[in-house]
Amino acid sequence: MSQSAPRRVIPIKPEPVSTLAAAELARIESVCVALSNLPGALLPILHGIQDALGYIPKDAVPLVAKRLNLSIAEVHGVVSFYHYFRTERPGRHVLHVCRAEACQARGSVALETHAQASLGVGWHGTTADGAITLEPVYCLGNCALGPAIMLDHRLVGRVTPESFDALVAAARTGS
Amino acid sequence: MTALRIFVPGDSAARSVGADDTARAIAKEAQRRGLTLDLVRNGSRGMLWLEPLVEIETPAGRMAYGPVSAPDVPAILDALLQDRQQGQGRAHALELGLTSEIPYFKKQDRLTFARVGIVDPASLDEYVAHEGYRGLAQALTMEPAAIVASVTESGLRGRGGAAFPAGIKWKTVLGAAGDQKYVVCNADEGDSGTFSDRMIMEGDPFVLIEGMTIAGLATGATRGYLYLRWEYPDAKRALDNAIAAATARGYLGADILGSGRRFELEVRLGAGAYICGEETSLLESLEGKRGQVRFKPPLPALQGLFGKPTVINNVITLASVPIILARGAEFYRNFGMGRSRGTLPVQLAGNIKQGGLVEIAFGLSLRELLYDYGGGSASGRPIRAVQVGGPLGAYLPESQFDTAIDYESFAAIKAMLGHGGIVAFDDRVDMAAQARYAMEFCATESCGKCTPCRIGSTRGVEVIDRLRGGDQSAKQETLLRDLCETMTHGSLCALGGLTAYPVLSALDHFPEDFRPVHVPA
Repeated sequence: MSQSAPRRVIPIKPEPVSTLAAAELARIESVCVALSNLPGALLPILHGIQDALGYIPKDAVPLVAKRLNLSIAEVHGVVSFYHYFRTERPGRHVLHVCRAEACQARGSVALETHAQASLGVGWHGTTADGAITLEPVYCLGNCALGPAIMLDHRLVGRVTPESFDALVAAARTGS
Repeated sequence: MTALRIFVPGDSAARSVGADDTARAIAKEAQRRGLTLDLVRNGSRGMLWLEPLVEIETPAGRMAYGPVSAPDVPAILDALLQDRQQGQGRAHALELGLTSEIPYFKKQDRLTFARVGIVDPASLDEYVAHEGYRGLAQALTMEPAAIVASVTESGLRGRGGAAFPAGIKWKTVLGAAGDQKYVVCNADEGDSGTFSDRMIMEGDPFVLIEGMTIAGLATGATRGYLYLRWEYPDAKRALDNAIAAATARGYLGADILGSGRRFELEVRLGAGAYICGEETSLLESLEGKRGQVRFKPPLPALQGLFGKPTVINNVITLASVPIILARGAEFYRNFGMGRSRGTLPVQLAGNIKQGGLVEIAFGLSLRELLYDYGGGSASGRPIRAVQVGGPLGAYLPESQFDTAIDYESFAAIKAMLGHGGIVAFDDRVDMAAQARYAMEFCATESCGKCTPCRIGSTRGVEVIDRLRGGDQSAKQETLLRDLCETMTHGSLCALGGLTAYPVLSALDHFPEDFRPVHVPA
């Protein structure tokens, strides 16, 4: 080693103050504690957080990174790579509409238009009353009974504009 | 009176059209009439246009009714009870006869799907009673190399789409040195028009677990991961329960059936990235990273999951292994044609009258599937185009419907069988819009590693828009073809590499749809 100037250490910027509520923080921590020893733990942890909170808050990213000894950029990169992970709080219900070819052959393009118009939102949008978040999805595996949608992990086939409206109305009233 | 045994599928496609309501109505009606009911939530028989397909056990066999919605239930039970008392049938309008005699079902070669729709998928006892775990028992008496040889001799090729011989893959893993090896099941069934993986995971999860266990024994792998897409929550439940049951009974774990051999299995969920169906992206994802494609070599068989030798196969490939071991390689390879041996579970989807799952030996023509099984389009209009093999498969015109279901026959017409999904479109389809969608899909799902795929797909959408807009259309077509060539040769994996298939097949076979929408005056 040649005699050079002592290595300059760039101080790590302190983490900005978290805006997470204590309850949210506790749930994130418990997910991390339960899963961080798995091989390849990042996806299971992100699923766990989204299952618990409905989304992956931006402020959860540094916590997960620290737990897994990853950089914040690495965790952010994974969260943003996968369509399923969301970083905004969703509505009370999440509605996925299939956009893939088999559903197109059964009229899904008209259903997409109807969904966006009747809910008054675009893809990834949440209705003004906070009831429904609308998401696109590429295949739900219900390709013989399209058009298909998934409402909070419940698959529904042969959806018409009328049955769509009925499902949304039922979700809104909680029935 | 003995218990009335009634089957209502718990398959998610059946549930998507009201099977849960039907099951509840049956339970309620049975209670009201004081009947002892044994209600089984089986897998789907695969005749999806008849779902919810209710079956009632009779001395002659299982009688099918479908599609049965909840309000139909009282009348069906009336007809059935009258039948029981009088000893002769009073047919209900929805009665379809014995399920096993319905031609759609009867004509199939059900090997991999032998139990789906027949057994209670949650019951390990029923699995064992229906020839389950005989393949594993056989494998436990064999040397690893002999198991691999058996799979090679069967002619089984990867059913995920690439059709690579499974035995050769396994042999590479067996011969690789490593302190730890893995078996990974690719259950990221993202191709539109495909649902055979889902149906088997929901309808017979143990067969997949058995297949993975045999793969472990054959290659020396002691850990398995099942990478499942999040869109299949019912499959997740079925697999988790089946793994727990198999572990509790010693079919999985540190000492498989007292043999001293170890195999442990875990389900991991994907997160909505189509690219993770590509094997190296899937491995990255399992490792907790972005699902970006890896360079090959090294092959995953040598340096796969966490850098260790890894068998990675599709669900149907692995689920076909138990019967090969149980009945012998010869039995399996006697089905099929040419270099495509065994059976393929074909999925009829889209605008098709009788959509569903048809497991048949290779060799049938596309036309037979579309019309003899599928019954033509659901809308009653002519079928104008079919897309075979998912979003990266070619669109075929009517003139190519006589192509045989066989890997080589499809390759010869610049198409691919892929995972066996067939999506039909009637004469209202706009093929330029389908070509545009193929580019749009590639842009949405590209992992971003290769520039032709990442950027080319976006440019492709723009070029198709200009072509249709009448902006120097001849030049745009040249540009589009050139772009497709660049994507084909400049992409590491099939996403960028095969997007040209749907785009160029649409352009070549349906050029009339690409004429400018507004003809300049």
